[in-house]
Amino acid sequence: MGEKMSRKPYVREVPKYSWFFRRPRYMRYMAREVTCIFIGAYTLLLLVGVMRLSQGQAEYEAFLAALRSPVSVVFHLLALGFSVYNTATWFNVTPKALPVQIGEEFLPGGVITGAHYLGWAVLSLAVLLMAGVF
Amino acid sequence: MAKSNKPIIWGTFAAGGTLSAFVTPVLILLTLLVALGHTPEMLAYARLHAFAAHWFGKLSLFAVISLSLWGAAHRLRITCYDFGIRADTLVATIVYLVAAFGSVAAIVYLSRI
Repeated sequence: MGEKMSRKPYVREVPKYSWFFRRPRYMRYMAREVTCIFIGAYTLLLLVGVMRLSQGQAEYEAFLAALRSPVSVVFHLLALGFSVYNTATWFNVTPKALPVQIGEEFLPGGVITGAHYLGWAVLSLAVLLMAGVF
Repeated sequence: MAKSNKPIIWGTFAAGGTLSAFVTPVLILLTLLVALGHTPEMLAYARLHAFAAHWFGKLSLFAVISLSLWGAAHRLRITCYDFGIRADTLVATIVYLVAAFGSVAAIVYLSRI
């Protein structure tokens, strides 16, 4: 029925594979979305690490040795960049995702975002301390 | 009312996204140090094995691995669609299966430590 009502249907042309190059906003969206490729790949690497850890000392140490390669350094740097970007985008929407209402007023978004960044910094430092990096 | 699996998928996405927002960067930093030849003490076999042998260590490792996998899987499904791969059912089946297998594998490996 809908088809008969419109004599000249407007078909908006959207390139299926390259639409996100059109605006910086779309590019930022896609940059955020592709972070999942690096986070997913890195998580699978962690899973392999746990597997090697469960197999014994020799196997685990071979896994650590295998991490020492230029390809691995490049992968880690890319993954680090994308994961930090993911964290920033995730925290920046927290005022929308977790609005805090006190009485009639809403807590300013900056406070919620700031609290997340602070928590992130404290947690990261704690992990680095626990791991004996410092 | 029709039942939907969206709350479950969204729940793991939100939990996985939040957890990986907080911990993934610092974990990558730790293994980056390994890659650069400065293995942190914690990642030495004896220390990490002791950590993973404790129930708290097992729970942390399982939560990080499984929730990050589910979060990434859900986002990868959307990303495939955005890149023009419109076979959503197939993509969803593959990514969620990988996340499910990864979660089960994590339980199996952790139970052996």
